Amino acid sequence: MERALFVIFAVTAIGAALNVLVRRHPLHSALALLVVLGALTGLYVLLGAYFLAVIQVVIYAGAVLVLFLFVIMLLNVRAEEARIERRPYLRWLAIPFAALLGMEIISLVRVFEENPSPSGTSVGMTEAIGRELLTTYLLPFEVTSILILIAVLGAVVLARRERR
Amino acid sequence: MVRALVVTPLLAAGILGIFGRRWSERLIAAIGCGSVGLSMLLALRAFVELWRLPPEQRVIREPFFSWITAGSLQVDWGFHLDALSGVYILFVTFVGFWIHVFSVGYMRGDPGYARFFAYMNLFMFMMLVLVLADNFLVMFVGWEGVGLCSYLLIGYYFDRAYAASAAKKAFIVNRIGDFGFALGIIMIFAAFGTLRFSEVMGIIAARFPEPEAVGEIGLLTTIALLLFVGATGKSAQIPLHVWLPDAMAGPTPVSALIHAATMVTAGVYMIARCSELYARSLTALFLIAVIGALTALFAATIGLAQWNIKKVLAYSTISQLGYMFLACGVGAFSAAIFHVVTHAFFKAVLFLGAGSVIVALHHEEDMRRMGGLKRFMPLTYGAMLCGGLAIAGLPPFSGFFSKDEILWRTWTSPAVPEPWRHLLWGLGVATAILTAIYMTRLIVVTFEGTERFALSAEGQEGTALAPRESPPVMTIPLLVLAALSIGGGWIGLSEAYTGGRVANWFEQFVRPALASPPVHPDHLSAFGEEPGHGAELGLAAVTVLLVLVAVLGARRFYRRDPLRPSPSLLENKYYVDELYDALFVRPLVRGSTLLLWRVFDMTIIDGMVNGVAASVAACAALLRRLQTGLVRSYVVMIVIGALLVLGYFIFVGGRLPTQ
Amino acid sequence: MTTIPISWYLAVAAVLFTIGTVTVFVKRNAIAMLLGIEVMLNAANLTLVTFSSYFRELAGQIMVFFVMVVAAAEAAVGLAIVILLFRHRETLNVDEAQALKL
Repeated sequence: MERALFVIFAVTAIGAALNVLVRRHPLHSALALLVVLGALTGLYVLLGAYFLAVIQVVIYAGAVLVLFLFVIMLLNVRAEEARIERRPYLRWLAIPFAALLGMEIISLVRVFEENPSPSGTSVGMTEAIGRELLTTYLLPFEVTSILILIAVLGAVVLARRERR
Repeated sequence: MVRALVVTPLLAAGILGIFGRRWSERLIAAIGCGSVGLSMLLALRAFVELWRLPPEQRVIREPFFSWITAGSLQVDWGFHLDALSGVYILFVTFVGFWIHVFSVGYMRGDPGYARFFAYMNLFMFMMLVLVLADNFLVMFVGWEGVGLCSYLLIGYYFDRAYAASAAKKAFIVNRIGDFGFALGIIMIFAAFGTLRFSEVMGIIAARFPEPEAVGEIGLLTTIALLLFVGATGKSAQIPLHVWLPDAMAGPTPVSALIHAATMVTAGVYMIARCSELYARSLTALFLIAVIGALTALFAATIGLAQWNIKKVLAYSTISQLGYMFLACGVGAFSAAIFHVVTHAFFKAVLFLGAGSVIVALHHEEDMRRMGGLKRFMPLTYGAMLCGGLAIAGLPPFSGFFSKDEILWRTWTSPAVPEPWRHLLWGLGVATAILTAIYMTRLIVVTFEGTERFALSAEGQEGTALAPRESPPVMTIPLLVLAALSIGGGWIGLSEAYTGGRVANWFEQFVRPALASPPVHPDHLSAFGEEPGHGAELGLAAVTVLLVLVAVLGARRFYRRDPLRPSPSLLENKYYVDELYDALFVRPLVRGSTLLLWRVFDMTIIDGMVNGVAASVAACAALLRRLQTGLVRSYVVMIVIGALLVLGYFIFVGGRLPTQ
Repeated sequence: MTTIPISWYLAVAAVLFTIGTVTVFVKRNAIAMLLGIEVMLNAANLTLVTFSSYFRELAGQIMVFFVMVVAAAEAAVGLAIVILLFRHRETLNVDEAQALKL
């Protein structure tokens, strides 16, 4: 049963990612990314990381991606025209690079072929994560809040219209 | 106390050098002369203290500070005051003082007044270091130091090309001699392990009881000859004499002090200092004597033909130095030192007198444009007459006593075999005759006869300014030194004149510090035991007679025909400079230009330096292509980097957590 | 949960990562490049969660938490820069932003 779900989610994710790559209009790419995020959510659930799955939907898909969409709409981006590519070789370079990267990673992956599968009780319960965050990882937790503050400030300052 | 007398001029030199430029001439003169005067008084005091000691213990040692300690080489600055250096500090500071006073007047109005006195004081310091050093290395410091000051002072008028070249010539020729000197010092250290005079001479006296024979080139002879090369350079003997006449480009007081009275006698001092060494090498002594005598005659012939008043005196100096070396060569070291002292007096007075004349005629130096000055400058005339008679060697002037002592000792020298010492005596007498002639010529042409000087009409309305006698600040030193030229010789009165009743005071004083002449194996005394006083008086009488005739004859001759042209060979100094130029200077210049400059410097060194820069630029140009400014290129670079790192971990090594 | 070998998950993550990289490579549009980066981040997240689950280590998920936070911050600032770029150049083509060329 899980296998079937896994395969569905996996294929969806990969297919949507390919869409992100292939689509001309950034809006289409962003929407494809949305699909990727959704598929990954499913995979997280399969892995027992329920908290993260929810966070993924709420934060990642619900905030970050929406931000992307806002910006795309704001800037009224048009589809990428077939302009003269000044450096065509980069396009063609992508293939060997991709192959190379894929091979390297896959070879890493094969190391783990013989490993135990996840057991019954999952570790992703909200309570457990919450406890860890507020005890062992308290400092990073607080620091990241400051980080977000800085990011917000930065974004506001950067994108501000020149006051005239 | 010895320290003070040495360091005082150094301090004055430093002060004048740093601050003097803004001070008045009066202040500069006060400091410049005052320091030397103070040195003179201190020297006198030190000398008296030395004199009080019994003759066998007449040595005062004053250590100063420790200088080099490197393994077995231990060199300290210490001062060694004995009879020899005592005599030297006396006359050096005394003559130096009066020359400084003279310079106050001579250099008046010159913009570099402070610089002049600073250099002169520096010179006094260096000279005192030279004579008071207790080891070879410190003496060498003083040796080089006086050479440096000589360079600075010859090139005092540095805006004149001739003066600058003359200064360089002096320094370079000196350097050639110094090379031999340095080799000698190295050999001494290698052979004896110490550089201190007392220790070295002690070791030599103990280890070598017999002198090295003529023709045998042993250790001592080698060292002696090497050191003599240095003396040749410093004291302007053949073949390194060429710098001295050109050194006359400097101000006249410089010529008086450095190139007549003090620095040039440093070579003689050095030989006297090492007399124990020289007394044990018959070869070296013979060579020194021959070179001295030949130089004396050679220079005298040239001096006879010169028209520049200072050049005549310069060649005269070379000639008289030849006498001193002759004396050393025959083993009569005390006679050599005696002549050094009297020569300082009368040569200084001659140079200063010449300076007086030159200034009075607005810096005219050619005798052809002088004449008849007797009337205008009686004091100068009188002083120069004293100096001239002294150098000619007529009694009772000082020069007679010292020169005669040398001649007598040459005739009777135990160190030189039979025919040679008589021959050398003959050369000495011939030189004396020539000396008398050229000196008389100088005085007659300059002071007597018709006036040939072109008076530049400095006054308007065509009034010619007659030359006037120099101011007292210049004439007083002249008179002082003239007095010493007359009376300074009596301290060395030979015993012969009193039938043995009154000892030769000078010789007695100096002798303990010097070695006795060695005895040559072929030495045969033609007079039995020891030639007596009678022979001495007889020879002296012969010499005086010849000199007198020469003086009178020359006087008459040059009175009649002062402008008689000189033989061109002599006037052109036997073309020695031209010879050196062709043999050494030109090939060196060409070699340097072609090889050292073009090949080495331009191609190799510049090539390397520029090459480094060029390669850096090339690398930079290459690396610059990475900075395209394109985001996408950077992405490529990032990905490549990531691939490489990943590849390293996968294929090469590094541990992957496989838990 | 019990029968899927770990390497399957990892393989999916690997492929996603590769696709993300290629996207960054190939696209000229600035926003599209940012999207590619997001894909890469998600692939990494997947890897982390996988390990966390299979080795029963909570640390992996904590890390993913932080990664998301930082990714959000980065996206915000990045988009602000993109807006600035657009304002100056009227285009989102990164090839046009060559002013820092040496």
